[in-house]
Amino acid sequence: MSVAALTDVEVDYPRGRALGPFSLAIEAGEIIALVGPSGCGKSTAMRLLAGLESPSRGQVTRAPGRGQTAVVFQAPTLAPWLSARANAALPLELAGVGQVEAAARADQALERVGLAGVEAARPAQLSGGMAMRVSLARALITDPKLLLLDEPFAALDEITRRALADDVLALWPDARPAIVFVTHNVEEAVYMASRVVVMTRGPGRIAGEVAVNGPLPRPEGFRTTAQFRAHVEAISGLLAKGMSA
Amino acid sequence: MSRLAQTLAPFVLIAMLLAAWETACRVLAVPTYFLPPPSAVAVSLISDWRVLLQSAWSTLSMALIALVTASIIAQCLALAVGLSPVLERAIRPLAVVLQVTPVVAIAPLVVIWAGLDHAERAIVALAALVAFFPIFSGAVTGLKAVDPDLERLFDLYGANRLQRLLRLRLPSAVPYLLEGHKVAAGLALIGAVVAEFVAGSGGAQGLAWRILEASHRMQTANMFAAVVILGLMGAMLNSLLQALEHAGLRWWRGR
Repeated sequence: MSVAALTDVEVDYPRGRALGPFSLAIEAGEIIALVGPSGCGKSTAMRLLAGLESPSRGQVTRAPGRGQTAVVFQAPTLAPWLSARANAALPLELAGVGQVEAAARADQALERVGLAGVEAARPAQLSGGMAMRVSLARALITDPKLLLLDEPFAALDEITRRALADDVLALWPDARPAIVFVTHNVEEAVYMASRVVVMTRGPGRIAGEVAVNGPLPRPEGFRTTAQFRAHVEAISGLLAKGMSA
Repeated sequence: MSRLAQTLAPFVLIAMLLAAWETACRVLAVPTYFLPPPSAVAVSLISDWRVLLQSAWSTLSMALIALVTASIIAQCLALAVGLSPVLERAIRPLAVVLQVTPVVAIAPLVVIWAGLDHAERAIVALAALVAFFPIFSGAVTGLKAVDPDLERLFDLYGANRLQRLLRLRLPSAVPYLLEGHKVAAGLALIGAVVAEFVAGSGGAQGLAWRILEASHRMQTANMFAAVVILGLMGAMLNSLLQALEHAGLRWWRGR
C-alpha cells in the first residue's frame, strides 16, 4: 500500500523548470534515499510530498490528516524561546492536545531519541547533534506514516552524522514509518535506504533506481561488504549518467 | 593590559581633561561667564543639587511616560500592520514622512494643540513621537523575522492564524522589540529635552528649562551643571536599558 505518491509532477518556477517530469510512489514502511546533484529538485520533491508546495502539472497523493506527514529540515529549526520539551510538543499543541499530555508525550519522544534529562534545556544550550535529535523527536511525536528528512545530517560532523543515521534506523522498527531522505552522500544512502532513487541534474528526472536488500537496521560491518561497495558503485554510475543526461 | 587599568582608563582621561581645563581657565584668566572652570561647575552642582535633581526627575519622568505611551501605541499599531499587508502599505509612507520630519519642526504645532498652559503634555507628546519609530519599526521587522523553515513547520501542522501569531510571530519579534525599546529610551530623553526647549516652562521645570534660565542670567556654571546631570542621566538610562535588553535576551534564548 502506498502512503504517498508523486505522479508525473512538474514544477516550474519563473526562472525555469525545477523538477520533472517525475514520479515516485512510496510504499508503507520503506526507506527511500533521494540522491542527485545540487539543484536537481530534491528539496522541491520533498516540499511536494509535505504539501508545502503544489506542482505546476501532475498529481500529488498524500496521507490525509495532519501529523501523518512529518519533516526534518536541514537545520534543526527549533524555536529558540522554547525548551526542548516544548519544541518536541509543538505539533501536538498545534493540534489542540492538552499541555500536560503533550508535555508527557514530548518527554517520551525525547527519551526515544536519547535525550532524557535535557527536556528543559533551550536549543542554544544543546549541541548540533542534540538539537537535530530534538527535531527528530518533534517529527516522530505524531507517529507519522511518512517521515521526510531533507539532508538532515548535512551540517553535522562525520561521527555525529553516522551516530544519528544509526539512531534513525534503530527507531524505525517501532512504528515503521515510510522514510524519504535527501542526501548528497552515496554511502549514507546505501547504508540507510531500502531503495535509492537517483535523480538527474535539474530539472530532476529519475536517472535510475537501486534496491538495497538486507536487514534494516544494518548489521555491523555492512559498510565493508562487497554488496555495499557494489551498490555504491552502481549509484555513482547512475549519478554520472544523470549529470550528462 | 590588566583589568584594573582597563577599568580606570576612562576615569584617568576624564581627570586629565578636567585638570587641563581647570589649569587653562586659571592661567588664561578666562571669564567665568564665558567658560567656568570645573571647580565652579562642581560648586554649582553641590549648592544646587536639590533643584537639579528635581529638574532631572521632571525631565526623566516625562521621558519615561513618553516611552511607555510610545511603546503601547507602537506595538499595537505594529500588530495591526503585521496582520494586514494592505494596512502596512497604507501606513508606511506616512510613517516615513513623520519619521524624517525633525521634531523641532512640529513642536510649535504640538504646543498649540496641547494648550499653551500644558507644556508637559506637549513635552510628553513630542518625546513619545520620537520614541515611537524605533519601537514601531523594530516590531514590524520582528513580526516578519520568522525562520522560514519554522513557518513551513506551522504550515505542515495546519496552524491557524492565531496560533501562528501567538506561538511564532510574537515570540520571534522579542529580540527586535528589546532593541527597539533600548534605542527608543535614549531618544525619548533627547526628545523630552528638545521639547522642553521649544515648549517653554509652563508647569514643568526640567533640565532644559534650568539650562535656559541659567543662560538668560549668564550663569554659565549652572548651565554646565545641568548639562552634566543630563549626561549622567542619559548614561544611566542607557546602561539600564542595555542591562534590560541583555537580561531579556537571556530569558528569550535561555542563556
